[in-house]
This record gives sequence, structure tokens and C-alpha cells, in this order.
Amino acid sequence: MTDIATGQMPPEGELPTTKSRSAWETAFMRLRRNRAAMASLFILILFVVAGIFGPMLAPHPYARVYSDFVKVPASLEAYPRQSEIVPLAEAALSRARLETGTIELDGNTVRIAATSRREIDPRVTRYLDRSDLFSNARIVEQADDKKSIVMEADVQRLRFIFGTDANGRDLFARVLISIRISLMIGALATGVALLIGVIYGATAGFLGGRIDNIMMRIVDILYSLPFTFFAILLVVFFGRNVVLMFIAVGAVEWLDMARIVRGQTIALRRREFVQAAEALGVSSGGILKRHIIPNTLGPVIIYMTLLVPKVILLESFLSFLGLGVQEPLTSLGVLISEGARNMRGAAYMLLYPSLALTALLFALNFLGDGLRDALDPKDR
Amino acid sequence: MLGYAVRRLLGAIPTLFLIITFAFFLMRVAPGGPFDRERTLEAKVLENLNRVFHLDKPVWEQYLYYLGNLARGDLGPSFIYRDFSVQQLLGNGLPVSIQLGGMALLVALLIGSVLGTIAALRQNSWVDYSVIAVATFGITVPNFVVAPLLSLVFGVWLSLLPAGGWNSPESMVLPVITLALPQVAIIARLIRGSMIEALRSDHVRTARAYGLPQRMIVIVHALRAACLPVISYLGPAAAALLTGSVVVETIFGLPGIGRYFVQGALNRDYTLVMGTVIIIAVFVVVFNLIVDLLYAALDPRVRYD
Repeated sequence: MTDIATGQMPPEGELPTTKSRSAWETAFMRLRRNRAAMASLFILILFVVAGIFGPMLAPHPYARVYSDFVKVPASLEAYPRQSEIVPLAEAALSRARLETGTIELDGNTVRIAATSRREIDPRVTRYLDRSDLFSNARIVEQADDKKSIVMEADVQRLRFIFGTDANGRDLFARVLISIRISLMIGALATGVALLIGVIYGATAGFLGGRIDNIMMRIVDILYSLPFTFFAILLVVFFGRNVVLMFIAVGAVEWLDMARIVRGQTIALRRREFVQAAEALGVSSGGILKRHIIPNTLGPVIIYMTLLVPKVILLESFLSFLGLGVQEPLTSLGVLISEGARNMRGAAYMLLYPSLALTALLFALNFLGDGLRDALDPKDR
Repeated sequence: MLGYAVRRLLGAIPTLFLIITFAFFLMRVAPGGPFDRERTLEAKVLENLNRVFHLDKPVWEQYLYYLGNLARGDLGPSFIYRDFSVQQLLGNGLPVSIQLGGMALLVALLIGSVLGTIAALRQNSWVDYSVIAVATFGITVPNFVVAPLLSLVFGVWLSLLPAGGWNSPESMVLPVITLALPQVAIIARLIRGSMIEALRSDHVRTARAYGLPQRMIVIVHALRAACLPVISYLGPAAAALLTGSVVVETIFGLPGIGRYFVQGALNRDYTLVMGTVIIIAVFVVVFNLIVDLLYAALDPRVRYD
């Protein structure tokens, strides 16, 4: 306990010059000294920023399909690769019934000479524009007999740093949107669990006696239900509505919270300030709101930070089974399950989402452990 | 002891009954039915199907009918796998799940307790830290990440083991590793914690004073006290492992019973869902009882009468 009383006792008559620290300040200091927790906090902030702003800043919309780039591997180089542009231009023009002559590539513009036996319609450039790869196609030269033509078009070069999925959607953008979904769902379900658990636990602990007994028996029975199965039944019940489902998940995850709060409440109930409030005639609801619930906050915060990764895991699990988020929206669980299906030949589809989920879970767990050590040093 | 066991089993009946009732009505309240398909059936066919499966009766009547059959040990026909009864489906899948889960449990117990004990004996050394790191990894990384990664690395890239399927002893390796990993982590952590405590306890000090060899002290005297928290953890864990895992079965393509619940719930295969719920609940009850009895056998301070 070196961090509590290190300084010398001030001499009598003088006021201590250092301000005393509140319990929260002490906890924060302890947390700052925990390197794993601080690194996790940093990673978590990165994740939150990525979740909020990432999808806006991502180079591609998460639902945009690039049918020319299905399952292209992750690469820092832009697609199409230099060597692929010429064959792709030929393929695009093959439908135009032209005999393509020389195709030259100059930076990001491609120059195509073509001839035909008949007169060439100037609208032929549309064949190039129609492809995702070329834009702004224009005729540079045309012979007088209109049977040969030179066209130029800008090559659209796209970067897919995480590659694309089996439908040709940018995996990077999809991972970013999944992070947003995971974090949102974690917060939402934890909030619901918090609300129900705290109110239920505090009520049971405060009222005590037979009501407490009955309320806790109900919790015990719910505990003995196979939990994942229960979550799946809820999905069946609510259909595939993500928001409703996670309110339901929160409604399942409150059991531990209720137990913790009840234990705290029973301990608090006998304390003098609660009895004083009772003697002053404060209503039960008032005592709960003003005295009991604020005093249970410490353990509740600890449990909450450990609940968030649990909920995120559950969401990914349900999404993995195809019960969670639905297309075109996506989630890390969905991406991992798609990756598992395509891992032969497209391993990056499995690796990036797995890495993102693992990093997120690690950060949340380490931060939760760090907070527990910081807020509740007895529990080490 | 026997009286206690019988009383516990009788006491589990109301709990089982509640679980069955709850699951039954929750399934029935869920929108849709087992015969709602993309291609709608003819009205007459649907009517016949509903009559055969008693779905045309009021729900409470179906419930009593189901309970009646259940009391006679009949779990009913599956609504989706029409040629099978629920007993047959579970009877085919359960041996696979038990085999896999049992192996995983054994492996986890063995490796977990060895790792935990070593970490406790070398507390705060690099051995200890690496065991903690492995444990943290095993607990944090979910099985639906571990399973495809293992399958990718050992099945596809290295071609050492089959990436899936159920036809040779080798095909059990990857699923067992996936199932055992989180259990190894938890058991190692539990053993490490309680071992550190046990090594400081009076009876171990006494054994040392008698000059018993270190190996004997650790294995006979300390481990016996240290494995108590593991045993109470093992009850629910064993029940969960032996009743199959939907993730592992899906990724490795195994014919266990873990998939049935998810499939059943999605297809509104009411009887199949009820069957899996009952199996799991029974496993939980039985394993909790076994754990309590084991506890009494290992810890002389615990007595049931």
C-alpha cells in the first residue's frame, strides 16, 4: 500500500500541503501504473475511433460490390495490377466488335487503337465506361473513313488493403463496419443488463425476506437454463432484428449483475445511513435510488467492463451461426464464418476479421482486469 | 451418502420440469411452425400433417400430451427429419459428442493440472508467466476463431491432419484441441491459484517436516487439496463439453448433437429442441451431483447426511 501514505506526517499546527486523494483518483493512479491495461485502453480507443469514423473514411462503401474484383487477395498495391490492365481492356472491348490494335499504358491512362470493317460509332467508348475499371473514355483520333479509331480512358485503380470478399466487397470497409456493430451491440446489451440487474438485485436485497427468496430462486432457475440455447430461443422469438435481439441478450445477461448488487445491498441495508433515511421517512424507492444504488457502483463498474467482451463474443457467436446481423450489414462473427468457408484459397478472409476480434477481446479483458485491480485491491 | 444422492436427484425433478415447461411454451410462442417453408404446402396436406403431429390441438393439450409421452420415455418424432424419432437422432449423435467431449475433458484435465502445478511451483518465474499467457490466450480467443484457424494451418496449409470429417482417429485431433484449449486455460489458472495456497498450508508444512520427498508432497498432499476448486468447476464444464458444441461440429463437419438445437430452433422442430434441452439439463444435474459426491470423497471436512 505504498501509494496511500508515502509522505511524512505533517508537523502539528500546520496544514498538510498535499491534497488528499479521493478513492477514484487512487484507483485511476493504480490503473495508470498497469501497463497492460493502459495499452489495452489505447487499443480500445483506436477501435472506438475506427468504429465511429472508419466507415465514413474508408475508401470503399462496405456494401459496394466490385464484380471485377471478387476475392482479390489483400495487397498494398492497387488493383488492377499493371500487367492485368491490357487484357482487361481487351476483354471490355471484345463486346464492341472491334479489332483491337496496340494498347498502351501510360501512367493511369490507357491508349487503345482499334479498327473495324464497318464505320465505328463514336458511342463505342461506352463499352469501356461500362466496366468498373475504366472511366472518362474518350476518342482521341479518328480516321476519315471512320474505320479506325484511337481511344483513351482513365484506369480506375482501387486499393483493397484487406482484399475483397466472395462478392467483391472491400474487406477493410467491412471489418470497420463490423467493429462499429460489435461495439454498439456491446454497449447496448450491457446497458440493458445493467439496468435490469441493478434494479432487480437492489430490490431483492433491499426488501429481503420472502420476496428476496422468491426473486433469487427465479434467478437460480434462469441460471440453470443452458444459456446459449436460451439466447438462440430468443433469436427465434424476436426474429432477426438485431436491436431487439440485443435487448434480449441484455435481458439474459443481467443474472450475475443482479446477484452482485443484491449481495452489496444486503450489506448496505444494515448501515446507519440507510437506517437514518428510514427513520426520516424516506420511501423505499427513494432509499434505493439515493443510497443503495450509488453505493454499489464500484463492483458494478468492474462487472460491466467484463460483461462487454462477453456480449461482443455472444454477438459474434450468434452472427457466426447466421442468427445475428443480416446482409448487407455485417459483423465480425459473420466475416469469420465467411472466412472459414473460403479459407482454402482466400485465407486472408479468415485472418483479418479473426485478428480484429481477438485484439478487441484481449483489450477489453485486460482493461476489465486492470479496472478490477484498481478499484478493488482486496480482490487481487 | 446414497440417501443424499437420491434426494438430490428427486430435487432436480421440479427444476427439470420448469425448464421443460419454459422451453416448450417459448418454442410455441415463437412465430412460424415446423411446416412453414418457402414452398407452401397444400392446405389439405398441412391439415393432415398438423393432425398427425397433434399440432391442431390447443397448446396446453399438446403440452400435456408431450409430458405424457415423456413420462413413458418417448421424446416423440422429429418434425423435420421425418424418418427419425428424436431418440434415434440423439442416439446417433450423442456417442460422437461424448467421445469428443470426453477426450477433450481428459486432455484438458491432464495438461491443465500439469501446467497449473508447474506454474505454482515456479511462481513468478518465466515458466509461470508463460503459463499465464497461454491461459489468457485460451480464455480470450473464442472457439469459432480457433477452430477455423487450426483447420487452416494444420489441415490446409501443412496437410498434417484432416481439416474436417469424422472417419479416422486423426480427425478427432483438431476438434479435441479446439474443445480442450479454453478448458486447459481455466483449469491451469484454477490449479495454479489453489496450489500456491495449498503449498503454504499447514499439512504440507508438516509433510515437509517429516522429510517426505518433494514429489510426493506435491502430488499426494498438495494436489489433493488444490484440485477441489477444479472439481466444482468441472460439473457444468463437463456437461457442456459432452453435449457437443455447435461451432466445432459445424466447422469440422462432425455428426454430434450440438447442431441439433440450433437447427431445431430455426426449423421449429419442436420435439428435437425439447429433446436437446432435456439432454443438456439432465447432464447438468447429473454432473453437479457427481461433483458434490466427489467433493465429499476428496475433502473429509465435507459431509452429506
